Amino acid sequence: MREKALKIILIFIGAAFIVIMLIMPLLTVIAYALRQGWNTFFNAISDPYAIKALKLTLFTTIISLVVNTVFGIFAAWAITKFNFRAKQILITLIDIPFSISPIIAGLIFIVVFGRIGWAYPLLEALNIKVVFAVPGIVLATIFVTFPFVSRELIPLMNSSGSDEEEAAALMGAKGFYIFRKITLPHIKWSLLYGMILCTARALGEFGAVSVVSGHLRGKTNTLPLHVEILYSEFNLTAAFSVASLLVIIAVIILILRNLIEYRLKRGEND
Amino acid sequence: MNNKQFKYKKAIAALAIFTTISGSLVGCSEKNISQAYSQADAITITNVSYDPTREFYEQYNKIFTDYWKKEKNQLVEIIQSHGGSGKQARSVIEGNEADIVTLALEGDVDEIRKAGLIDEGWVNEFDKNSSPYTSTIVFLVRKGNPKNIKDWDDLINDGVEIITPDPKSSGGARWNFLAAWAFFGEQDGATEEYQKQQIKKLYSNVSVLDSGARGATTTFVENGQGDVLLAWENEAFLSIKQNPEEFEIITPSLSILAQPSVAIVDENVKKHGTQEVSKAYLEYLYSDEAQRLAGENYYRPSNSEILNEFSNVFNLDVKLVNIDDYFGGWEAATEKFFVDGAIFDEIYKN
Repeated sequence: MREKALKIILIFIGAAFIVIMLIMPLLTVIAYALRQGWNTFFNAISDPYAIKALKLTLFTTIISLVVNTVFGIFAAWAITKFNFRAKQILITLIDIPFSISPIIAGLIFIVVFGRIGWAYPLLEALNIKVVFAVPGIVLATIFVTFPFVSRELIPLMNSSGSDEEEAAALMGAKGFYIFRKITLPHIKWSLLYGMILCTARALGEFGAVSVVSGHLRGKTNTLPLHVEILYSEFNLTAAFSVASLLVIIAVIILILRNLIEYRLKRGEND
Repeated sequence: MNNKQFKYKKAIAALAIFTTISGSLVGCSEKNISQAYSQADAITITNVSYDPTREFYEQYNKIFTDYWKKEKNQLVEIIQSHGGSGKQARSVIEGNEADIVTLALEGDVDEIRKAGLIDEGWVNEFDKNSSPYTSTIVFLVRKGNPKNIKDWDDLINDGVEIITPDPKSSGGARWNFLAAWAFFGEQDGATEEYQKQQIKKLYSNVSVLDSGARGATTTFVENGQGDVLLAWENEAFLSIKQNPEEFEIITPSLSILAQPSVAIVDENVKKHGTQEVSKAYLEYLYSDEAQRLAGENYYRPSNSEILNEFSNVFNLDVKLVNIDDYFGGWEAATEKFFVDGAIFDEIYKN
């Protein structure tokens, strides 16, 4: 009897936690977004600045995704299929963006590429703007989403070992052919999973991007920054409308993520 | 296995389609932007400003665009950036290429001068020490003034919760601090020790110390924190305008004449070739039309005739101390109160 009561209490606490921490805030965002009707909602998300912010966010996300996918595969391949001295150092380096605060990530780029940074005279001579412009935003986003793909791949590739690749190499297969025919089929679902995590983080990144953006409206404002601007302008409904756009994208990504997770589990059981 | 392979290919295909669609979206946007810029006669300037000027410059940019179109037959696009004044100055120093800055403090603009981006003598480049509009610090309280706050000495009572931003990062907050300092300095038999004590009491009543003026306003107005917000007069009026039933403004007996400063960032306009339009942009702030617009946005116009047109809006009887006369200018005030280890740190850290 007491055990049953304990069970109920624990379930209740768990459920209450989920409702208060996750479901309620999400519903509040949607409710706030729609509290002045659909028209206000559509006006907010079709505002030229909101659309520019959305485009910048998508642009940044795609570049980060491509760069980090390519890099992540290379890094995981190098770390798991070869033995070299600085391996442990490389693994630690890859993890750095996970462990340092985004504001530091942003400041790193300011200190390097900003007007007071050491790389500035060079950039100035080449007439390239990095911080307070789109390249800075892309760099900061790549930095914070750096480890996602490789971190997904390394454990899997470690456990599958390099026997099959070695066998293929002995039979005379070339590097890329081995990768395409043997490695890739093994890692495909983990790879997709890592890419989706990377996309989710890139879409929502606020801290690092806020530092390097300069908040130039219509030029260097990403969607999360645009939400903050609208909020600061007492434009709560519009802020939450744009925020709900991010929520919808996030939910789509989560559904994709779950599909892939399901595939991953099935793969293990095969 | 075949089935699995098929599904995996489908997933890749879906991803590819997603990427292509979003890629072309982005491509489109870039084309649009480049089209907008390729109009031979269009020119773009960036105005890096502080928090509470958002509404004013949004309107001012419209009248200036019309004016410039009429005057020079040239399309000018103005890009706005807003944030805490000190933070914004920092970003310009670090390479945010503003053509003009319109900040809360002379000191912030002067930091940009020290970094070598603005020429010496900028204060005298435009009328009235380059302050086209002024403001002052008032109290915003909840309707009915439940804590009965009338003047600065009511703020140090027990149980009064004050919202003010951090003087380390916010221009507005420095004005708040100095206004309070001046008030306690004007009391009978006041000594510096007494002023420090009273200000310390005041800051021990601060319940939220935001990093910028707008953040503090949002904390007070939207999130319902605190009993009194120390605010720019214009910011206080704006809150009343949006929520007339909820707040009222209390003007203390003594406050400070806040002179936000405007300046051309000389190095950047040279680089962009925007000297002429940037100068005109700031000069036009002194036109009757712009001065009235400032008044309508609850800034006190620096043109005294137009200020008098707004005598029913502003309390013109409040005694306003001037930073130059009372504190010996921003440099001296910053040195004395706000640099690391100065009076604010001494008061706040203990």
